[in-house]
Amino acid sequence: MASIWQYANPRKFIETTDRILPWVAGSSLMALVVGLVWGFFFTPDDYRQGSTVKIIYLHVPSALMAINGWIMMLVASLIWIVRRHHVSALAARAAAPVGATMTVIALVTGAIWGQPMWGTWWAWDPRLTSFLILFLFYLGYMALWAAIENDDTAADLTSVLCLVGSVFAVLSRYAVNFWNQGLHQGASLSLDKEENVADVFYHPLLLCIAGFVLLFVALVFLRTQTEIRARRMRALLARERLG
Amino acid sequence: MIALLTRDLRLAVRAGGGFGLGLAFFLIVVTLVPFSVGPENMLLTKIAPGILWLGALLACLLSLDRIFALDWEDGSLDLLATSPLPMEALVSIKALAHWLTTGLPLVVATPVFALLLSLPEAGYFPLVLSLLLGTPALSVIGTFGAALTVGLKRGGLLLSLLVLPLYVPTLIFGAEMARRGAQGLDMTTAMMMLAGISFGVIALLPFASASVLRVNLR
Repeated sequence: MASIWQYANPRKFIETTDRILPWVAGSSLMALVVGLVWGFFFTPDDYRQGSTVKIIYLHVPSALMAINGWIMMLVASLIWIVRRHHVSALAARAAAPVGATMTVIALVTGAIWGQPMWGTWWAWDPRLTSFLILFLFYLGYMALWAAIENDDTAADLTSVLCLVGSVFAVLSRYAVNFWNQGLHQGASLSLDKEENVADVFYHPLLLCIAGFVLLFVALVFLRTQTEIRARRMRALLARERLG
Repeated sequence: MIALLTRDLRLAVRAGGGFGLGLAFFLIVVTLVPFSVGPENMLLTKIAPGILWLGALLACLLSLDRIFALDWEDGSLDLLATSPLPMEALVSIKALAHWLTTGLPLVVATPVFALLLSLPEAGYFPLVLSLLLGTPALSVIGTFGAALTVGLKRGGLLLSLLVLPLYVPTLIFGAEMARRGAQGLDMTTAMMMLAGISFGVIALLPFASASVLRVNLR
């Protein structure tokens, strides 16, 4: 049985991801197109929220991926700290802008939905606030990557920042909960509830979530490949200058 | 360790700039607030705990890059790193020195500044207590940020971007405790949480700071 660590070899990683990238990207596109079209045009309007309810198909999946993106970075950082595989550090680096974009999508769609529903673009609600803080964490993480020239130093520092940041992100989440009561409704989906959102909305939503997950994976694969190749190119250029 | 602490304190007091500057900055923030929101005492009373907490936090932030920068420039940080003192102890001492030169003066001066913002009488004790509990956390977290950015030439802005999100929980519980105290509400939960955060970061964060400092000195 092949070990998962063989993908720590950059060449193996590129080979494998090259092979599966079109499938991941393709199925992501399919799931998103089908899910969004189904969601937007073939589900009834909610009797209270009208057609604004349909933004759920962008809002929930992107919010989900904003958090999972950070968790993925956390895991990749841990792997870098423990086993020092460069691909892992690069994957964490590659995931950050994608995760930050997901956070922005979640915030913006939330604001667009909140304007007609709550009558305000923004409220200092715990969920909204903690997402804003999560976005700040993403920004700091990316800025630290960009600021350090030595690649290994940058990987080390950012992974420690990611670990410490995760703890503080969780702390902030609870602190913010304590600080203000919320407007935001409870989780739309959870595994331990009998019924989540009504069935008509449920299936296209699942499809959209799958689409966003696959989109995230595809983007991270692509960006990691780019990082690996950029680093190779720098090494080649440096060698040429020497030789 | 004691020698290092006294050296840092002496440097901070004699070299000028670090010691009084935080306090002066705090005073300016407090002076500017009534200009920006208007001089009504009612309003000031309401926002005083929050403003004082924010001012203390910013004053703390301002002096963070001095924690390691000077020692880094003249090479004494490398010497300290090769000394028998463990790196964790080094960063803890640095954080303690920072707190003694910035945090503690802020705590002591706060009642005077609170007077300017017409804080109600009941609010003084909770405010000072919350700052006393919270500023050590600010120093320790700031030391982590300073250790992260020590090698960078223009680390100042980046340092703020990294450290401010980490300050969120401390600020929330600190300001909440001061606010509740000023309004005569029960503040036990906020106080417990604030103390928990402070002691937690004092116990754990020096390990992270030491590890990033080691990377930066490599």
